[in-house]
Amino acid sequence: MIGPQDLGGREDFGPINPEKNEPLFHAPWERRVLGFTVAMGASGAYTGDQSRHQRESLPADFYLSANYYDIWLTALTQLLKRLGMVTERDLAAGRGVDAPLPAKRVLKGADVAAVLAKGFAYDRPATTQAAFAVGDVICTVSNPTPGHTRLPAYAMQKRGVIEAVRGCHVFPDSNGMGQGEDPRWLYTVCFMAEELWGKPGPDRVCLDLWEPYLEPA
Amino acid sequence: MPHDGPDHDHSAGSELSPIALRVRALESILVEKGYVDPAAVDAIIETYETRIGPRNGARVVAKAWTDPDYADWLKRDATAAIASLGYTGRQGEHMVALFNTPTTHNMVVCTLCSCYPWPVLGLPPVWYKSPPYRARAVKEPRAVLMEFGVMLPETTEVRVWDSTAEVRYLVVPMRPSGTDGLNAEQLADFISRDSMIGTALAGVPA
Repeated sequence: MIGPQDLGGREDFGPINPEKNEPLFHAPWERRVLGFTVAMGASGAYTGDQSRHQRESLPADFYLSANYYDIWLTALTQLLKRLGMVTERDLAAGRGVDAPLPAKRVLKGADVAAVLAKGFAYDRPATTQAAFAVGDVICTVSNPTPGHTRLPAYAMQKRGVIEAVRGCHVFPDSNGMGQGEDPRWLYTVCFMAEELWGKPGPDRVCLDLWEPYLEPA
Repeated sequence: MPHDGPDHDHSAGSELSPIALRVRALESILVEKGYVDPAAVDAIIETYETRIGPRNGARVVAKAWTDPDYADWLKRDATAAIASLGYTGRQGEHMVALFNTPTTHNMVVCTLCSCYPWPVLGLPPVWYKSPPYRARAVKEPRAVLMEFGVMLPETTEVRVWDSTAEVRYLVVPMRPSGTDGLNAEQLADFISRDSMIGTALAGVPA
């Protein structure tokens, strides 16, 4: 979906204004949001792609103006409500009123270091041959799905060259909709800036794209 | 119950902002329901406040500058080469290192969200997650670089990497001249966070 998150190439956002000596957090509540969002991410109750899809489904005016940790907080609250893990009554009371759903996993404090260090690999054993090889010229499809996707609008229906084959990876278009991992071949594809933006020059933009986004040119 | 007037709510008299109250409410719910261990929340915060940050990435780059075999490994298999220094895990499961050269300058963005190589750079700065950088980095990287004080020759190719999958990119900036006698730990001081995102050069204050 081309939601408010799909920002590449959009105009009129103004200067970047990086903050000098930016602190890691700008308020104590941001630390807590980081902490419980990462902790819940390890719970197995939903996938990272589902979190992303929830965030990009937020209203555009909110998404484009909010503190990023507020985007996390608001989307996490909505996702947990949708899953039935948190209820309106809990939120109204500001505490756990309704009975919890059974938890798949609870990340314990003592396990944090090991779990963070291990991470969550997204590559999966290949069950098909890769359709493309390094150097192949491809064309990207138009918006492949109305749900979650990682093909940005600016790179749709463009001609590029396969730069690298990254293996089979969990497919966000399926995983983000709660429909399973459905691993697909993942490629890094480079596009000339001229192809994307119509301005000549030596510059390139490279994206990681799954096989269903690509067609032979 | 003198406080329970008709207009009373949880925020009345509180010094916490509305969002801080929302955060506290959700955290309380998650803890009371048994979904979250408060000790885990504390440990996660402490990890990113004290142990995981851009100094990790700077050590990777400095080692690549001083050890050709390591640089070669980093080019071929960045995940393993970076893991050998102890930097692994969340948001860095699949790493690729991008080596800047006199003819190619690399720069990383995530136009769709905020993907960033946490094990080597820590948490992303606000500007990296904000609409102006995400919108402009892919379309006008040279104008963006100018705002960061970086001007490149027109013949240098700017290569922008949009992190659309779970592959995370670390830019290896070029080693500044005049640093020949320095060891890896001294060199790490020259390697800023932004130089490993690609919005700065090494050896130039951010």
